[in-house]
Amino acid sequence: MAAFAVARSSCGLLSGLKAYFKTFRQVKHGVASAAQSQLQQQSRRWYSVSHLSVQERIDRKRNAALIGGGQKRIDAQHKRGKLTARERVELLLDKDSFVECDMFVEHRCSDFGMEEDHNKVRLHHRGPYDFTVFGGSLSGAHAQKICKIMDQAMMVGAPVIGLNDSGGARIQEGVESLAGYADIFLRNVMASGVVPQISLIMGPCAGGAVYSPALTDFTFMVKDTSYLFITGPDVVKSVTNEDVTQEELGGAKTHTAVSGVAHRAFENDIDALLNLRNFFNFLPLSNQDPAPVTECHDPSDRLVPGLDTIVPFETTKAYDMLDIIQGIADEREFFEIMPNYAKNIVVGFARMNGRTVGIVGNQPKVASGCLDINSSVKGARFVRFCDAFNIPILTFVDVPGFLPGTSQEYGGIIRHGAKLLFAFAEATVPKITIITRKAYGGAYDVMSSKHLRGDVNYAWPSAEVAVMGAKGAVQIIFRGKSNQAEQEAEYVEKFANPFPAAVRGFVDDIIVPSTTRKRICRDLEVLASKKQTNPWKKHANIPL
Amino acid sequence: MITSTLRRVLLVAKHASFQSRCCVASSRVQYSTVYDSNEKTFDKILIANRGEIACRVMKTCKKMGIKTVAVHSDVDASAVHVKMADEAVCVGPAPTNKSYLNMDAIMDAIRKTGSQAVHPGYGFLSENKEFAKRLAAEDVVFIGPDTHAIHAMGDKIESKLLAKAANVNVIPGFDGVVENVEDAVKIAGDIGYPVMIKASAGGGGKGMRIAWNDDETREGFRLSSQEAASSFGDDRLLIEKFHGNALWLNERECSIQRRNQKVVEEAPSTFLDPETRRAMGEQAVQLAKAVQYSSAGTVEFLVDSNKNFYFLEMNTRLQVEHPITECITGLDLVQQMIRVAKGFPLLHKQEDIPINGWAIESRVYAEDPYKSFGLPSIGRLSQYQEPINLPKVRVDSGIQEGSDISIYYDPMISKLVTYGATRAEALQRMEAALDNYVIRGVTHNIPLLREIITHPRFISGDITTNFLPEEYPEGFKGHQLTSEGRRELVATAAALYVSAQLRSQRFLGNLRVSTTPQEQRQWELCVELEKGSHTVAVSRSGSTFTVEVDGVKVEVSGEWNLASALLPVTINRTPRVLQCLSRDAGGDITLQYLGTQFKVRVLSQLVSTLSAHMPEKVPEDTSSILRSPMPGSVVAVSVKPGDVVAEGQEICVIEAMKMQNSLIAAKAAKVKSVHCKAGETVGEGDLLVQLE
Repeated sequence: MAAFAVARSSCGLLSGLKAYFKTFRQVKHGVASAAQSQLQQQSRRWYSVSHLSVQERIDRKRNAALIGGGQKRIDAQHKRGKLTARERVELLLDKDSFVECDMFVEHRCSDFGMEEDHNKVRLHHRGPYDFTVFGGSLSGAHAQKICKIMDQAMMVGAPVIGLNDSGGARIQEGVESLAGYADIFLRNVMASGVVPQISLIMGPCAGGAVYSPALTDFTFMVKDTSYLFITGPDVVKSVTNEDVTQEELGGAKTHTAVSGVAHRAFENDIDALLNLRNFFNFLPLSNQDPAPVTECHDPSDRLVPGLDTIVPFETTKAYDMLDIIQGIADEREFFEIMPNYAKNIVVGFARMNGRTVGIVGNQPKVASGCLDINSSVKGARFVRFCDAFNIPILTFVDVPGFLPGTSQEYGGIIRHGAKLLFAFAEATVPKITIITRKAYGGAYDVMSSKHLRGDVNYAWPSAEVAVMGAKGAVQIIFRGKSNQAEQEAEYVEKFANPFPAAVRGFVDDIIVPSTTRKRICRDLEVLASKKQTNPWKKHANIPL
Repeated sequence: MITSTLRRVLLVAKHASFQSRCCVASSRVQYSTVYDSNEKTFDKILIANRGEIACRVMKTCKKMGIKTVAVHSDVDASAVHVKMADEAVCVGPAPTNKSYLNMDAIMDAIRKTGSQAVHPGYGFLSENKEFAKRLAAEDVVFIGPDTHAIHAMGDKIESKLLAKAANVNVIPGFDGVVENVEDAVKIAGDIGYPVMIKASAGGGGKGMRIAWNDDETREGFRLSSQEAASSFGDDRLLIEKFHGNALWLNERECSIQRRNQKVVEEAPSTFLDPETRRAMGEQAVQLAKAVQYSSAGTVEFLVDSNKNFYFLEMNTRLQVEHPITECITGLDLVQQMIRVAKGFPLLHKQEDIPINGWAIESRVYAEDPYKSFGLPSIGRLSQYQEPINLPKVRVDSGIQEGSDISIYYDPMISKLVTYGATRAEALQRMEAALDNYVIRGVTHNIPLLREIITHPRFISGDITTNFLPEEYPEGFKGHQLTSEGRRELVATAAALYVSAQLRSQRFLGNLRVSTTPQEQRQWELCVELEKGSHTVAVSRSGSTFTVEVDGVKVEVSGEWNLASALLPVTINRTPRVLQCLSRDAGGDITLQYLGTQFKVRVLSQLVSTLSAHMPEKVPEDTSSILRSPMPGSVVAVSVKPGDVVAEGQEICVIEAMKMQNSLIAAKAAKVKSVHCKAGETVGEGDLLVQLE
């Protein structure tokens, strides 16, 4: 994206004029050349008449921008265990692929926005709020730069990654910075579902600024150094008289385990950026692009013998759904989203024969894998992301039902549970479902059942597709009768198996668990060309 | 402390080769391993055991055309031995005394299935005379010696008296039952320390403790009698002079934690000469005849450096390590047991029993060798691949990928046996087999096994009781890298990292943007390994990487299959098999190299430079908290909040795999809080007690 490329990579520029020309030579993207040659001519002209003032000014500005807030500020940032924006970008991107834009925009504030060229294939944009310049509070100019990049990203279909390390609105700039926020929010909303948007919170992010990450698809945090809150501990103390630390109020632990605001946390800046690079490779560039397919060394017809014994005989006994997911995924690699929140549902990305898939699974190990408010919302948002970006969805079902109780009912489990139902039903990407054990009641319908346009629905021999478990059913049907144990056995015989669903075609096949990977890989191959559209609408009205 | 002060140190006495001598004690005829399907034997045998040995017995039954019945506890319902059997009967819940030791349920299973005979394997009911009696009462054949022999030999106290009477050399000790703790201290004092406290009904290292002073005797007496009661239902103990038992490679702490269970065995012994072997064999036969023994059994002797030997005990069952005997003799011991039980004479004469080549057995356990040479570990075998594709490798196991290693049973994963014409050949095969053995999901002792079999002292055949504590006085720390080994490992890790990086740039399919990134030619990396850091430059040509580690060139080539658990590479023209256990986005790679797992960190120069700015995470202070070192159940908690404990005082006792482990305070302090109570199940790393 060289149309507005002024400089290329951050190092090398410091050496002045020579490097500056060299830089231009390296840029070789179509549109750019005209503008560049013009500029080049200009600079040559200036050079030839030994009138260096403009050139000198360019260099000086550029150097100033590169140093950011100066060595002192850089050191201060390091002391806090954090990297500077420039170092972060260097880590995130392939060598020599970063192109910076708007280095010359002034403040109204002189920060920088950035444009990036990843892998030389994958383009993504977004300016880190450079903490070393101006404490990271948001200026009007800063916002303007971010908007410019985001518009561009949307136009060409390139993912947006935000590295957030910002103190909040720039009080001095007043309404202008508020406007700046709103401009960014609007871009976040417009880009939602068009290009993947990822936020990585790498420092404090308070006040209005928090809504930008909240609007993006994924929010990651860095442990111990990043915070997200609407109002800080001081304000909390004065308003509600609560004593709370920054970490407790909005640290990585809080948001990944309690509030569900963040999707994952990483150890430090480096760990976060390297993992983000890895994560990025799961995603397509935009909603117009297919999910990426990478070279895969794991045979697609590999049998997984361990799956034949994973479901315990006692239906009350738990097992770990992650064992199944890792067993079938390419190279056992599973990038889990929200691993510490609503753990009764597991969601995340993996690859099957090199192809990215989104995986949703009930987790019998936690709360028997039941669906409650938090797990429904977690699952729904993930399913919608996959659907928006052409990522096939695999669903592993072992669900005893929705969690009963007043706290759930008062909390609105009905409307929250409906979100997951809605998300699965409206999804038009390939949908493959495997019922490993329980698929009871309404929860069976919700979990990507045949009735919600599931493309391929399998059951393992251990599957029980029924309205409810034997004990509960018998207690209701034969209330007050004495021979309940006998009736229970009969119920198990009749309903606690995959046959009732299979004879009606609600599951397509009962498969040997160890062949699951093979079957899924083959089905995905076939379903790759799936085309399905929902009726025209302005947008659906998901029960928010 | 066991140090080198044992003057009468004693060597290998347990020789599987004697097993066959005992087998043949009562019959003859000629040598063969032919499975004669015309020979009328049993129609159906019930195997009253689980795991590896149950599978082993069934294999022979299948060859002999005999139908098999498995018994299992409910947690074992999908175990390999159950699937392998023609019929299976559940005999109770997980705890062994309610299932595999539950005679009523097993008798029911025998009646229900119409089994004509029972093979007890080893452990469980194999040396239980009561069981043998009940079988006899119902006309079911017990495949093993008769009640009289089990009774005589199964009881350590009685067997010693019997051996004395049969003119077999015995070691000094107290020949009666120890009444109580103070009695124990007195007897120990009389015999002289060190002493060994043994369960009279015991075996397999259970209910066995070594004591070096009065306090240890008291503790040992208490723990041993508890263990003996729970494992054998008989808490009688005896005490004798401790000499250590040969090839019980774990002594000292491990004898407390792992308790005298063997790790590596071989046949024949490196120590015995033919004369001693014959003399020993003859005494064994003498003893067998004295008790009218009529099945496979093992007589254990202790041999001192002057080749004097003393009777230790007789095991009236198929030994765990019988495969090595089978390897060098060509016999199928289970087949012989079944035939003898049916009343057929043995097909061999003493002269027909050869020693062909050399066999080595490594017991692969789910345990952490870094903790006291082996604390049990549990888990699910997420990946499991036996090296049976290699020549002359035999693996006796009763598990498969997906199996659970639970706290209820012995943590043995398998017996890995290799053989060859010479000891060196067998050892070499063992090395390869260990390198190619893929076990994921549980911690295992392959690092220790690989170190033992490649240890110069082991190779020279100088093996004593104290091998482990002498060679690893600070505890086992894994393979110690030489500078060359270090370079090899670093180079392989770097090459693996680069292959993964290159692959992550290769996208297939129709991406909108052109997908031909220019491949980076030269990689400047920084590789961290065990606190050391290396500057590494990597360049690639095809599948060969030239890696410069601190200026020294190493060439690594291989297939670089990033999905495979095994990583066969050629390093500087030497073929090696490494294993990649994990590889993550942060550059952390765990490689198994020469048996030991190493954590390597491969970073680009940029990441390495910037890493200096990352804050260090403060690890938890561990001196004031006590965590469970292994999964198990809490037997007793000896403290309550507010108590003041001395350093070394017992805080609680955890039982895992039938072993009781006493956990002690690391410092003198007041107890702040207790997070466990007796009867609870705890996982590895669970917080038990917090001190102030």
